Amino acid sequence: MAEVSIRGLGKRYGAKRVLDDLELDLVDGECFTLLGPSGCGKTVLLRLIAGFEAPDAGTIHLGGQCVADGAAGQVVPPNERGLGVVFQDYAVWPHMNVADNVGYPLKLAGVDAALRRERTRAAIAQVGLAGLDERLPSQLSGGQQQRVALARALVSEPRLLLLDEPLNNLDANLREEMRFEIKALQKKLGITILYVTHDQEIALGIADRLAVMDATGRLRQVGTPEEIYARPADDFVFRFLGIANFLPVRRVGDALRLGSGSDPWSGPPPDRPGAALAAGFRPSDVLLARSGPGLPGTVRRASFLGAQVDYLIDVAGTLVRVTTPSHECVERDLLFVEGETCRIGFAAVQWFEGDVVAGVAR
Amino acid sequence: MAYLSLSQVTKRFGAVTAVDRLDLDIAEGECVAMLGPSGCGKTTTLRMVAGFEDLDDGEIRAGDKLLSSRRKNYYLPPERRNFGMVFQAFAVWPHLSVFDNIAFPLRVRRLPRAEIEARTAEALAHTNLTAAAKGSPDDLSGGGKQRVALARALAIRPDVMLLDEPLSSLDPHFREEMRFEIKDLQRRFGFAILYVTHDQAEAMALSDRLLVMREGVVQQVGTPLEVYRAPANRFVFEFIGLSSFLPAALGAGAMRVGGEHARWPASAPPPPELVAAGAAVLAARPTEIEFVAEGGLRGAVARKAFLGETIDYRIAVGDVEVRVQKSRHVAGPAVGESCALAFPRARWYPQD
Amino acid sequence: MTSAVATTSRFGTPQVLLGLSIAILVIVVAVPVLLIFVNAFWVDGHFNVADVIKVLREKDTYQALLNSLILASGVTVTGTVVGTFFAWLVTRTDLPLKGAMKVLFLVPFMLPSFIGALAWKMLLSPRSGYINRFFIEVLGFDGPVFDIYTYAGIIAVETMYLFPFVFIQVAGALERMDPTLEESARISGADLFTITRKITIPLVLPSILSGALLIMLYSMAHFGTVAVLGIEAGIYNIPTLIYEKIHQSAGSFNSIRTGTVLATVLVITAAFILWLQNRVLARGRYQIIAGKSFRPTEVKLRGLRMPMLAFCLAYIGFTIVLPTATIFMVGGLKTYGLPFAAENFTWENYRYILFEWDLTRDAIWNSISLGFAAAVITMFAGVIISYVIVKMKVRGKGVLEFLGMLPFSVPGSVIALGVILAWSGKYGVNLYNTVWIILVAYIARYMAFSLKANSAALEQVHDSLVEAARASGATMWQALRDVVLPLVRPGMLAAFFLIFLPALRELTVSVLLYGPTTRTIGVAIYTLNEDGETVYSAALAGIALIIIIVGESVIKRLFKGAAGRKG
Repeated sequence: MAEVSIRGLGKRYGAKRVLDDLELDLVDGECFTLLGPSGCGKTVLLRLIAGFEAPDAGTIHLGGQCVADGAAGQVVPPNERGLGVVFQDYAVWPHMNVADNVGYPLKLAGVDAALRRERTRAAIAQVGLAGLDERLPSQLSGGQQQRVALARALVSEPRLLLLDEPLNNLDANLREEMRFEIKALQKKLGITILYVTHDQEIALGIADRLAVMDATGRLRQVGTPEEIYARPADDFVFRFLGIANFLPVRRVGDALRLGSGSDPWSGPPPDRPGAALAAGFRPSDVLLARSGPGLPGTVRRASFLGAQVDYLIDVAGTLVRVTTPSHECVERDLLFVEGETCRIGFAAVQWFEGDVVAGVAR
Repeated sequence: MAYLSLSQVTKRFGAVTAVDRLDLDIAEGECVAMLGPSGCGKTTTLRMVAGFEDLDDGEIRAGDKLLSSRRKNYYLPPERRNFGMVFQAFAVWPHLSVFDNIAFPLRVRRLPRAEIEARTAEALAHTNLTAAAKGSPDDLSGGGKQRVALARALAIRPDVMLLDEPLSSLDPHFREEMRFEIKDLQRRFGFAILYVTHDQAEAMALSDRLLVMREGVVQQVGTPLEVYRAPANRFVFEFIGLSSFLPAALGAGAMRVGGEHARWPASAPPPPELVAAGAAVLAARPTEIEFVAEGGLRGAVARKAFLGETIDYRIAVGDVEVRVQKSRHVAGPAVGESCALAFPRARWYPQD
Repeated sequence: MTSAVATTSRFGTPQVLLGLSIAILVIVVAVPVLLIFVNAFWVDGHFNVADVIKVLREKDTYQALLNSLILASGVTVTGTVVGTFFAWLVTRTDLPLKGAMKVLFLVPFMLPSFIGALAWKMLLSPRSGYINRFFIEVLGFDGPVFDIYTYAGIIAVETMYLFPFVFIQVAGALERMDPTLEESARISGADLFTITRKITIPLVLPSILSGALLIMLYSMAHFGTVAVLGIEAGIYNIPTLIYEKIHQSAGSFNSIRTGTVLATVLVITAAFILWLQNRVLARGRYQIIAGKSFRPTEVKLRGLRMPMLAFCLAYIGFTIVLPTATIFMVGGLKTYGLPFAAENFTWENYRYILFEWDLTRDAIWNSISLGFAAAVITMFAGVIISYVIVKMKVRGKGVLEFLGMLPFSVPGSVIALGVILAWSGKYGVNLYNTVWIILVAYIARYMAFSLKANSAALEQVHDSLVEAARASGATMWQALRDVVLPLVRPGMLAAFFLIFLPALRELTVSVLLYGPTTRTIGVAIYTLNEDGETVYSAALAGIALIIIIVGESVIKRLFKGAAGRKG
């Protein structure tokens, strides 16, 4: 069980600088998620911690021991770091059955045969695959192969478990199940986990703490999922965590105006000073009404999606995305069609300053 | 008169009945989606309408023109049916330019050259492909290829368009955009659509009416709103959206679920025949289950996951696990705490 | 994607392996080919093109070049037509027994075409061929019904054995084609004829052309059939002329010179054809992968169903069964020319060849051991070199890839000649007339096959499999031993058989390199035939066929088993 300590980490591929002066600490026993868009460098960071790559600058400490020093050019090879790794494509060896796959780390460590068999069987049972010891990977489903990979990574009781987007190739239901199981296992064994993903739903659901990385490899915010979601550090984080709407708001004297026109801003007041601000909100933060004190809007598109109705609404020239639970739409006469006018209120607004592009962002 | 009419259409493959006496009438300009899990018969039905499969029973008509009938031993081959069709894997010809792809059906019909040029140009314009006309479809993304397929199908100005899972090969980001484009094209040209998909959100967003199929048998036909709010049976309820099912024993005005008692919901009481049977399944959408202070079904929070906009709860009511989803703005119980649940919009189905 | 052998050092194991691999390929493959060019163009110390042109204009040479072109073109056209027709018949119609047909049409691939040529000579040589004699003696014809010692005869025989190149490619393309490509044409209003013309054929054209070019390549480089059927009538192509010149003059300087000039032309032509084939495939490799399980519409043959089946069976009977039966029957005759009556048959020939005669027994032994040695060596060399190419991140491996693929474009005669130039004492080592020179030639010839099979297997071994082993605690060597090796074994095995069987039956290379005691089976069959020992030649050919068929069945069984085990 170790803490991870990273200082000044840098990695270059040719002329491209993927990571630069990165600093991060993982607390012993926590489940930490690294969230970022594809190609941002999060997988590179995981590979540096695992030892498959060597840093150009900076240091990595595992449990107090230095395993990589970029300046001195020293690295501890991956097989000596005492880690477990679960890969995106499972990397389960096709020519070995489940028991041989899971037991391989113990075999390498020289554990005697009887003890090895026992621990292997226990690990296999722990991930819910008891009885499948003799099967070959080709006879298993994707979810089962993923569990084999997990058991194999855990069997030698590593101090740190690294997971590289392991749930991507599973269908939605299975993904949810596995997310829960991984979390449950982690709590039970007390292992430290670093989970790398681009899927914000998985990240929020599994993490004790999480870090959001942007496309240039910089960490934008580190904190608990609730913190980051409720108080995003900047609009990048806000956008990344879900569909984001922005409306420009100007301070003119004491009054607040919407956009560049003279319509008043009737939403919640800003929590910060500044003349040019952006009000950020989620589609589900919008309170729709047929009339009343809200901002006027015109419905441009309406889609019934089952549990929700999804609207694209023009508010003073800016298009915003609004979702309302369908039962509410039916019960409170909020089923709009294209061209109708409505009023927009807000359950919650995040404020950002400066140059934020107005409109809807995915 | 219906634009497209299927009556008692049946198809068997050996001992398996892939489509069982399906009836459907599609009106002018209507979009009907056939929805169901893979193997339910929706694609087979579409192929029978297109003419790639023949019928074992029943009839297919377009207006008053007979297309397929086993009894009358009549079968019009696909090339004479004048439908527009879009396939899941686009089926756009890589060795022809985008222009030639779209012009193909017009050339086959030997229309005059000037008209071919005009109609192709029009189709290109409506699908935003004018700039790509001279290139190969292989230079385009998946969405681009699908637009070529749409333009090609539109070129002959069909009355009915057949779409076989046209969006499932596209990147999730593009699917929504293409969905809107298809809808816009339909509004502009006024053709009817028969749409096959396994994605319920897509089906509901696009269609005027929805047909849910399972193992060859039609489960329900209705508008998306109807099907969502009043699913005909448990299968439809489960297929369309998230669901929580609670097996319940029914007594006088009360129900027993997982050992816990509560009055049944006043706004959604079980039908008399199920009360008489003494047992039923309470079906509710996780987003429509309420936390109440008192009078509800008592349980304890087994799991709570923060998903961003929503919080996902698993509430243990005795040995039954109920899924509840609430907006993050709603304060909910913590893990381990006890709580009470109300089901104001429940639906009831027989226990099987 | 980096491999788990990422290295920070300048000069470690990867560099050594790279150097070793390049060295092997250069010595074995590149040098012989280079020497051909040098010998052709470098006379008396300077670059001399005029001399080359002079050689090319000699009547013999000029005619041989022309013949090569005529024969190859003829075979290509007929082979393509036959191959495409059968491919279409087997994949797109309701022909009965399609599965069996698919297998049967591939049988010609297994049989060496020069043995087929031998059989046809026994059947259709103008005076002594059995069919011709039947027509003359029994049916009272004036002359032979068909003279096999003609351009038409050579083209016909080569077609029988080369059409599978087109058949395989076109049948594969037609089967793999996404059926919705044709369905969308149907729904657009096109009838079957229009669809075939405008959609199906253009989409398989790259496969047709690719197969056709392969036929052309093989035909141009082919020795056996033209040797057996053409020399008699004075029809020479490049490989046979090279052979003739060198054997007539027992390796004189001038003949070698003519040989290298011809070889140069052959190499350039072959390289050009391969380059064309690459272009065709690259441009036309349409993404026509099949999606759902709906099959393309079949053409109903209706009244033609049975006649077509009869035609296919007749074709197979005529082109496979007839020659094969002839070989075995002639091999069992007491003397060539005797009618096929019971009293004229004997097992004596087979017994003699297998158990008494040194010449044939040595030949069988030589072929088996050469084939085995060549296969084993190329298998191991191939897996190491492939590993460097596919898995190692080290600068300079592009050179390796190029060198490895080189022999693909170098015809057998050229390799043989190059090997003579390199290993006949001029540079210290003299292997001429020994069995070793043939071994070296085989290694050069088949290295590319081994590289291809091993690369394919290695590419299946994803880097993450090795990294997972490292993370589990394995050193690089342990990971190689426990993960990589077991997974490339099938590829290595494939490489072994891909080389062993062709080497066993080949003629083109060994016919230029054999000495009195170093004949191979192919050479023995050929020379026995040349010496007039037709019956022994046939008997040995029959034994060769049996060895080949047994070998092929063993492979199929092995691979089916291996494939089944892997799931």
